[in-house]
This record gives sequence, structure tokens and C-alpha cells, in this order.
Amino acid sequence: MTRAAPAPGAGAMPGPDLSIDLCGVPLATPVLAASGCFGFGREMVGFLDLREVGAVVTKSVSLEPRRGRPTPRMAETPSGMLNAIGLQNPGVEAFCATDLPFLAEAGARVAASVVGRSADEFARVAARLAREDAVDLIEVNLSCPNVEHRGEVFATDPAAAAAVVRAVKAATGQPVLAKLTADVTDVVTVARAVVEAGADGLTLINTLLGMAVDVHRRRPLLAAGTGGLSGPAIRPVAVRCTWQVAAALPGVPIVGTGGILTGEDAAEFLLVGARAVAVGTASFVDPRAAVEVAHGLAAYLATQGVASVAGLPTLFRPER
Amino acid sequence: MVARGRAGAYHTLTVAAPEIAAAARAGQFVGVLVGTDRSFLLRRAFSVHAADPAVGTVGVVFDVVGPGTRALAAVRPGEAVDVLGPLGRPFAPPAPSGNGGGPPACLLVGGGYGTAPLFLLAGELRARGCPVDVLIGASTAARLLQPEGCALLGRSLTATTDDGSAGRRGVVTDPMPELLALAGTEQVYACGPMPMLAAVSRTAALAGVACQVAVEERMACGTGICFSCVVPVRDGHGDGRMARSCVEGPVFDGAAVAWTELGLAPAPTRAGEQAP
Repeated sequence: MTRAAPAPGAGAMPGPDLSIDLCGVPLATPVLAASGCFGFGREMVGFLDLREVGAVVTKSVSLEPRRGRPTPRMAETPSGMLNAIGLQNPGVEAFCATDLPFLAEAGARVAASVVGRSADEFARVAARLAREDAVDLIEVNLSCPNVEHRGEVFATDPAAAAAVVRAVKAATGQPVLAKLTADVTDVVTVARAVVEAGADGLTLINTLLGMAVDVHRRRPLLAAGTGGLSGPAIRPVAVRCTWQVAAALPGVPIVGTGGILTGEDAAEFLLVGARAVAVGTASFVDPRAAVEVAHGLAAYLATQGVASVAGLPTLFRPER
Repeated sequence: MVARGRAGAYHTLTVAAPEIAAAARAGQFVGVLVGTDRSFLLRRAFSVHAADPAVGTVGVVFDVVGPGTRALAAVRPGEAVDVLGPLGRPFAPPAPSGNGGGPPACLLVGGGYGTAPLFLLAGELRARGCPVDVLIGASTAARLLQPEGCALLGRSLTATTDDGSAGRRGVVTDPMPELLALAGTEQVYACGPMPMLAAVSRTAALAGVACQVAVEERMACGTGICFSCVVPVRDGHGDGRMARSCVEGPVFDGAAVAWTELGLAPAPTRAGEQAP
């Protein structure tokens, strides 16, 4: 990647240096917009300048359009929410024809999230995206819980996850992030398998499979029965996974995500070893969340007397 | 927050939000946060019931259905309430009359607290010179939203309740065909539970009258990024797609919504029911 980091927008504040390198891609801030929580960026430009977002991780794109699940697709839970959207998306061709040019025009750094029902389908989507200069990174969504078969949650099986990553790496020259789930006995085993298969970085974690019941009507709150739990409720799980994987695989860039609402929430992930963070559900609450979290992170760094966000992990004291 | 009150079984909330008050159009909604610690994580979507640009206030109506709305009903005047809006696409003006070119007569149909956006809508339509008739329904008298206020919105008000505690016993679609015929209605606007909207759309279609509906579908963001609040629609090519009700709606052409996909058999249903 030879492009310079995008210039911070007019609203950027002076102070600590937030710029980072993520798998060779320079980003203005370490705060990304998480997949599935930012659409394709189009709806957000009325609220923020996409150049102020570290990178836009797109809603997952599949080979063919997907219609998604029936409603209700969403249920609020304590400090969180369940969703079962079912990967509704227009397909990779429509994405390349309409959404990607929009993101490029807006000056966004783009991580295209890729999903498929097989390693081959993942690879075909990635191969299509490999032709697009506007795609800076590929995120391989190995862990969406809202699929028809648990076998499609590739990240629950190290070998299956590695096979997808290997196929994607063979299909594209862009750096590849593998997005994993915490719904496993040992996330480090899966992380190690995808890194050995060629993943340039990791995104930790996807939503956790959950369920909520309407006891009065005696049925699930979601049409799909189960759904993915997100929001502050899952943040400790996400921080734990980031910590475990960062300790086991030093040097592998990690995008930490799960329930980040503030700059201090983001700092938790960075302290335990994440290179960057992604803001997800928070964007539903505040469309400006990805930018506001970056501002909050800068303010936090100033209180800690830290000049650069890259220096944060070295200051962590795991012994308490 | 400026004021909180009761309207029958419902609660009303008025907030100072001058920009929203100036911009809001009938059918649009606002997203309201409950509390500040985000244990109630998401915004609640409420259609705009009142907007006073001169004073800079916006009003919504809500029903206490769970802990979030219960907490909202306990907010006191003076406490800050975070409101995002106006969101969504408003009701569209009626098509020009096919009947001599005068302003077309409109029937406004509201179910339960779904009557809320009809207050702004009636004002907009009266400003266009449209004759307005109002039809409201609910399960009981207490769940009719401000019937005394509804009586002032147009030239007639008809009310139905499931139990007959106010107005006619029955559902809104019972008197609707007669009202359409008597009033020479050319445009129906409806807001309420999804089963009611399905029935109203069908009744309007049978009478050959255009119908716009403001749907209620569970929503996380209100801004188009979460894809929770989708409604199946047909675009005329037969093949349906899932349209986000927050950005493509909440107002849809009643004839474009694929009601049967929602499990709503195209038959009249009770006005006070909650959407499934």
C-alpha cells in the first residue's frame, strides 16, 4: 500500500498522535467502524466525515445478493442487543458498482468484509474485490452466528477457518483480517490456525450467539430464534480474547471490537494488545460514535501523558 | 425535557429541540435515549406527534411496554433527554385530484398510539385545502389517542373500539368502506399496528383508493445502518426485497408492502393488537 494516510478532517483535534499502521495500511486513527454496524457508509455522511473514521469495515458482502432473515431481527437486552439480520447485502457486483465508488469518493479507507458458504465462495468474492483499488483491506467474516448451519461459522473449527483464509489469501493481494468468534473453547487455537494460513491480522470478536424469550407470548424475541449479542454486555469477553491472543501471538495486528462506546473503552483493548479497535453497536446509538470514540481516545492519551497511541500497549501492567 | 403527561393509557413527552421542531414532517420519527448509562442501550423510535417551530418543542406519545419505556415515563421535567431526528421519510402529499382538480379528500386512519403522526398530517393536509376525515380505533376507550383532539383535525371523526367502550364496536375497517364512499376519499393515510395496516391497505385497494401507511417495525439505529427494521416490498417486478423502514419508510405505499410475507392474511383484524 503506497497511499498516504488520509488527511484528518477539519474536526480533528490536536494532541496525541492517533495514526497507526494496520497490516501495511496507514490509518488516520485506530478507530474503525465495525462490519454490519455502519452499512456501506452512505447513510453516515450526514453525520460525520468518513475520512475521520480509521477505516470503514463494510457490511459483509457475499457472491450473490442475500435477502436476510424475517423480522423481528432485533431485540434489546441488558446493556446490549441481539440481532439476526442474516447477512442481507446486495452481492459483490452491486457493491463494486455502487457502494465502493461512493466510499472511494468520500475518501474512506475501506476494509471490505467478505462472507461465503464455502471456502470457494469466499475466494470468489475476494478475487472480485482484488481488482478494486478502493479496497484497502479484506476482512474475512468467519464468525457470523446468523447463518443457517453452525457449519457456516467457520471460526468454530480451526481447520475450516484456516481453509477459508488460505483460499482468500490465494485470491487477493490485499491484506487479510480474519474475524473470529469467542464462541469456542480456545480462541487462541483458532487464531493461530488462521495466522498460519496466512491471515495478516485478526478481528476479535464477532457477536456471541444468544437468545431471549418473550415469556408473556412464550416465544423467542427474534424470528430466527437465536441471534448475535453485541454491545457493552460483551466487552469483557472481547477484551479477554484480545488479551489472550495478543499474548500468544505477539506481533499479529489485532482489531479489538465488542461493546466500545467511549475512548476509555477503546483504550482497554489497546492496552491489552490490540493495534486498532472497531466501533459497532455504538454507531446505532450515536451515528458519530466512530469519530467521538477517537476524540475520547485522544483525550484519554493526554491524561496518561502518552504522545502516541502506538505506545499504549507497552504501558500495560498485567500483574495489577 | 419540558413536559410529561398522560393521554388515556399512553404517556406523552415534550422536549425542547428547536431544529427537529422546525424540520419535522408528518410521518417522521425521532430516536429517544432512555437514561445516560446505556444499560438501556438503544434509542426508542417514536413518531412525531407534535412539533411547534415557534416554541421549539417536539412531542411524542408512547405506551409503557417494558422496562425502557417504564423508565422513560419516570423522566422529570428539566432532565436532559437525548433525541435524534427527524428521521425517516414523511407522508407524501396526495396525488392531485382526479375529480375536477380541487384538493383531494383524505381519510386518516389511526390505531392506538399509531394515531400520533396524524395530528401533524392533518395540519399539513388542511394547509393544502384538503378535506380531512379521521378514523381511529383501539381495543378500549382508554387506548384511543386523544379522541377529543382528533375531533378537531378534520370535518369528521369516527371511532371504533373492540369492546364498544367508545365509538362503534368493531375495528377501523368496518366503517371504512362507507366513509370512503361518502367522503369521496382519494387518499388514505394510516398508522398503527401492522395487522391493522394490512387490513386498511386491503380495504383501500378494494375501493380503488391510494393508501400510504407508516409502519412499525422493531428498530435498532433509525439511520439505515443496522438493517433490523426491514419490511418486504414489491417494486413492481414481482420479486420482493427487504426495505429498511427507517430510511425508505416508515411511510410506504400500502399496495407495495408484501403483507402476506409478514404472516398477515389480507383480512380485517383488530385495531388494538400489537404487531407480531
